[in-house]
Amino acid sequence: MSEMAATPALPVKVSNISLRRRVTDHVMTAAAVGTVLIVLAPLVAIFGYLVYRGVGSIDWAFLTQTPKPVGEVGGGMANAIVGSAFILAIASVIGVPFGVGAGIYLAEFGRNRLGSVIRFTADVLNGVPSIVIGIVGWSILVRGRGFSALAGGVALAIMMVPTISRTTEEMLLLVPQALREAAYGLGVSRWRTTLSVTLRTATSGVITGIMLAFARVAGETAPLLFTAFGNTYWNLRPTQATAALPLQIYVYALSPYDDWHRQAWAGALVLIILIVTAVSAVRYAVRHGTFGAA
Amino acid sequence: MANSALPRPDMPGPQPLEARKVTAIPVSVAPLVRQASGGETPDRIFQTAMTACGLAVLGVLVLIVYELVMRSGLSWHAFGLKFFAASDWDPVNELFGALPFIYGTLVSSLLALLIAVPLAVGVAVFTTEMCPKALRGPLSFFVELLAAIPSVIYGLWAIFVLVPILSHYLEPFLKSTLGWTTLFEGPPYGFGMLAAGVILAIMIVPIISSITREVLTVVPQHQREAALALGATRWEMIRIAVLRNARAGIVGGIILGLGRALGETMAVTMVIGNRPEISKSLLASGYTMASVLANEFSEATGDLYLSALVEIGLALFFVTIIVNALAQLLVWTVTRGQPVRGNV
Repeated sequence: MSEMAATPALPVKVSNISLRRRVTDHVMTAAAVGTVLIVLAPLVAIFGYLVYRGVGSIDWAFLTQTPKPVGEVGGGMANAIVGSAFILAIASVIGVPFGVGAGIYLAEFGRNRLGSVIRFTADVLNGVPSIVIGIVGWSILVRGRGFSALAGGVALAIMMVPTISRTTEEMLLLVPQALREAAYGLGVSRWRTTLSVTLRTATSGVITGIMLAFARVAGETAPLLFTAFGNTYWNLRPTQATAALPLQIYVYALSPYDDWHRQAWAGALVLIILIVTAVSAVRYAVRHGTFGAA
Repeated sequence: MANSALPRPDMPGPQPLEARKVTAIPVSVAPLVRQASGGETPDRIFQTAMTACGLAVLGVLVLIVYELVMRSGLSWHAFGLKFFAASDWDPVNELFGALPFIYGTLVSSLLALLIAVPLAVGVAVFTTEMCPKALRGPLSFFVELLAAIPSVIYGLWAIFVLVPILSHYLEPFLKSTLGWTTLFEGPPYGFGMLAAGVILAIMIVPIISSITREVLTVVPQHQREAALALGATRWEMIRIAVLRNARAGIVGGIILGLGRALGETMAVTMVIGNRPEISKSLLASGYTMASVLANEFSEATGDLYLSALVEIGLALFFVTIIVNALAQLLVWTVTRGQPVRGNV
């Protein structure tokens, strides 16, 4: 992208260009600037309103208490915040190894027909609507057993795998072949080379991919509707229905109570902050070499 | 797919004198590896494990199709193809037809495209062709920030900010100016098809514009220079040299945006009104395939009801897959660096 030269200036002899063409040029330039302003407007409006409503709504009770019974003022989303973290932890424990493994396969062993099929499958999987993943999670893990955090985690893991595997593949392919050959030359076996040389060199890119996938599923609501389902109490057992921040925001937003609306905004702000912090913390760590060669 | 242009790990390197049949290991180093590692068992295990991970991706897709087909069998047997043409949705009498949801999904998504495409292409053209270099990075960052906001937060914002704006300002205005089209009839509640289209448009602009930007950047610089040398103004250069060359890729980006809009659930469910009716008016309530699932799936009683809902999910699954595959193909033809065929 950066190699692109700056747009060349207009020809010097402007006077040769007819008025109509010059006006069209200016109108279209103005139109392009206009589209940028129109697109940025909702962004500013959403973040502005989120901060405005959210900051005024977060209080200590919101962060430490569980929901009050319907109609009562007060209470909070502490169980939903912890529940979300719990479900996301399950999703990461399942999704990250499979995603990175599939990425290694695609980059190191997948230069064949099966590799292309799996690559295409990952792209297809990436486009499957999240609500459909939710139904499948329900069908496999909930039907006959009841809603559970595990089912929610599996549904989110399914959504993480395609993103992680494709970015891992891309990053591994960027590692120079000479590095691999150097390791082989020193007598290092292939699996050691892949894990301690190739994957290690690509660590920062791979982690960025994992964080992208994480940020994408952290706010997902649809796959959790029929899997984790939500819960007004604390729960940290993987076999039980569990509250999640996005689910709670959804339910509260549609409720008729002002206090629940307030808490929905507070929840939305917490969710955005969690996503942004998680992503930037890892970016920072990667950039400062905590994860090894970056 | 997009990786094809990247260096392939097994291509370079001198040909060995003795190329044994070790399929996946780069041929150039295979003999050395075998000798030095003192046995290939750990390597075998490693390769098998990684292949298993890869196959798991395939397995998940097969599992999705299998589960959807199995769970929707009942409804398929009861209604057959008529399921997609019937418009009654009556859980009490166990009469199910998916037409209102298909209609709602199509109309809200097309409405979203109608709003989003000019905006997204405009933003992409501005960032690649017009904007000062220093602005380029921050601008794309901000637009992509829109893509990071969770769907449920869009919905929340739409309920409390967008819907009041629509019902107080935009919808009365549309009724008075475009009322003759009969597209804007009924009371301006704010909730309804129009709100769904607008929020979807906001959500898909980043997708379309980032792909368009990517595609515009691949248009060779000499195309631009040639147009300018012939005396074109900047806009004429963009139109003749840039947009025309990138056409297929832009269409791919648009279709990718469509794929996202078709499957989008939460934000739409929160503002579309959720009534299974087919109305010509954009101010009326609607229902989409994704939102009927979100609303009714966990409360569905009766096997046929559940099965009908899963069949809607199956239909949604196939439509989005076809749409996405088409989009990938179109983007690929451009970013691959091949000249785009066609003569317009």
